Amino acid sequence: MYIYDQHDKTLIGERVAQYRRQTDDYLAGKMRDEVFLPLRLQNGLYVQRLAPMLRINIPYGMVSATQLRALAHITRQYDKGYAHFTTRQNIQLNWPQLEEVPDILAELAAVEMQGIQSSGSCIRNVTSDEFAGINTDEIEDPRPWCEIIRQWSTLHPEFAFLPRKFKISVTGAESDRAAIQVHDIGLQVLRNANDEVGFKVLVGGGLGRSPAIGQAIKDFLPAKHLLTYLEAILRVYNRYGRRDNKYKARIKILVKAWTAEVFAAKVEQEWLQEIDSPSTLTDEVIAHAKDFFTSPAYESVDAEHAEATLQNLAAEQIAFGKWRERNVIAHKVAGYCAVHLSLKPTGVAPGDVTDSQLEAIANLADRYSFSEVRVTHHQNLVLGDVKLSDLPELWQAAKKLGFATPSIGTLVDMICCPGGDFCSLANAKSIPVAEAIQRRFDDLDYLYDLGDIKLNISGCMNACGHHHVGNIGILGVDKKGEEFYQIQLGGSALDDASLGKVLGPSFYAHEIPDVLERILSIYVDQRIEGESFLDTHRRIGTAPFKEYIYAKAA
Amino acid sequence: MPKLLKDKSIVDNSWQILPKGFAGALPDTPCFVPLDYWLANKQNLQKPESIGVWLDAEQEPEELADDIENLQHLAVNFPTFMDGRGFSIARLIRERYKFTGELRAIGHIVPDQLFYLSRCGFDAFCLDALSLGDEAEQHHQLEDYLAAFSVTYQACVNQEQPLFRRR
Repeated sequence: MYIYDQHDKTLIGERVAQYRRQTDDYLAGKMRDEVFLPLRLQNGLYVQRLAPMLRINIPYGMVSATQLRALAHITRQYDKGYAHFTTRQNIQLNWPQLEEVPDILAELAAVEMQGIQSSGSCIRNVTSDEFAGINTDEIEDPRPWCEIIRQWSTLHPEFAFLPRKFKISVTGAESDRAAIQVHDIGLQVLRNANDEVGFKVLVGGGLGRSPAIGQAIKDFLPAKHLLTYLEAILRVYNRYGRRDNKYKARIKILVKAWTAEVFAAKVEQEWLQEIDSPSTLTDEVIAHAKDFFTSPAYESVDAEHAEATLQNLAAEQIAFGKWRERNVIAHKVAGYCAVHLSLKPTGVAPGDVTDSQLEAIANLADRYSFSEVRVTHHQNLVLGDVKLSDLPELWQAAKKLGFATPSIGTLVDMICCPGGDFCSLANAKSIPVAEAIQRRFDDLDYLYDLGDIKLNISGCMNACGHHHVGNIGILGVDKKGEEFYQIQLGGSALDDASLGKVLGPSFYAHEIPDVLERILSIYVDQRIEGESFLDTHRRIGTAPFKEYIYAKAA
Repeated sequence: MPKLLKDKSIVDNSWQILPKGFAGALPDTPCFVPLDYWLANKQNLQKPESIGVWLDAEQEPEELADDIENLQHLAVNFPTFMDGRGFSIARLIRERYKFTGELRAIGHIVPDQLFYLSRCGFDAFCLDALSLGDEAEQHHQLEDYLAAFSVTYQACVNQEQPLFRRR
């Protein structure tokens, strides 16, 4: 993981002092609401339906055991003893007191954490692949590049008052787990024919009101030009992005209005004037960044023996076998694996954890995974470097703690925003809908038979629950004060990214489990051997689903 | 008399800002003329010590590129403090067009922006543009805002080298 040096520590300390002064001024009535608003947002503080909400950055999803323990302490001391992992690899507190936020930020700073630019119209926390550095299909570890981007974007003086929020995601693998096609900028690290490292650059992806898939504006940007090129994109966006209507202010609207070709040409023209400026990365800075993400001290594990033991255990205990199949992921180092800690047990809001669970996760990380944890954008956690021989013990421990729900990647491993229970933007609740679905679909064999299905739920069209890119997406809508739910089919955030299409008129919350059952029955009837839900939908389209569901409903 | 924060101290501001669409004779006092007026009349406006040019947020500093070396005073307008276009315009004026005179922030800015504004090349700030809260009183030394951070990651106008070249 990246470790702060004196510069980083000084900066973060000065940020806490600055925010304490801003909060004091505000509370003393010396600063108006509209002036305080962007200042608190750029430190992560929203004012929500019931209380303020504080969003804490977890840069590219990497968090240490020490940091988890500090978060546990903070949730106990300043909040109600729980926190919420988000779809952008961050963590949120739902009940902090506005006047205590400077103290929370000071406690976070002590463990090298912060909420800088975690909301507001600025460059947000950079996200990445939860299996960075350990997966078998990696071309380059994206994390050093993420860290370089994190530093560059932190308190960037030119881009703190953009037309709208700005999200960057980086992947370094063959298969995209960072959803780069639905980010304002998506970067894919790759190697060219001469084995040089560079980036494919996508712009203009995003969810929200006008969902769009990002378009490539550069097929290969040599790595050293990363920051000058990003700066050119941001400058073009800052100067020409719409500011008259916040729903049309994201970069995707500008790219669409100009076309990707025109946008690319404008960026190129801007970039060529700054190319080779001092912001050009040096070999030293790249090497320095990479030094923080070297492999941990892997032990040599007798993989064959470990594998035989695991097979035997799986034969004896079907539950272990199922857990391993769904929740354990292959690792690039023989004898190691990555393990999902599921945050989707039935009856708990997806992504929620208590203070004692945070501490328990820290203990698991210390014991089994070099004291590091990764946050996934599906709102689960991953222990990235677990010895195969530790799996039986880890399984038992995870089961006891409630993290072993063997449902990763299935229908009930949902992405779900906090929704109307917490969020002041939401049109409808989302957590109770998620729970009703989990209760209805509690037959693991049925879920395994359905295979990988991404079900994403958002409580409003701002799409924090990524409903457009769920294979099945559920969107809460408000009609004359009543909550309804619209269903979309066919979305994906992977390499084959696509946006879901609306099935038809929306439903009441209580109808959703039945409707889902019918959607899935069409899939089961129509699928060809081994075909996923998404592939079946792509082959047969929405019509058969629509006919069946609305015929029955009528 | 209106005040100006310049070179970290507060001085009298005798400069007028002539509105967009201004026509007619210039006042006797020093003034900033709007960009369009400058472009139409610049041959008669070569008094750089008392005539400057102001740009609005949507205007192109490129249009001033050829005139920069004959100007000593430029201003950039912030229609609201949330409109960040002026930050980019300032960097372009300083870094691309090499303007070395006074660059003034006008319009609507707030004290907590002074640090970023100065990093982007502004060195003068109209105090009536600074929203200081309901009582419009000054709560802190303005120079404290200018020095909010001692560490900066990025290259910018007041620091040509990014931190990674200085570590």
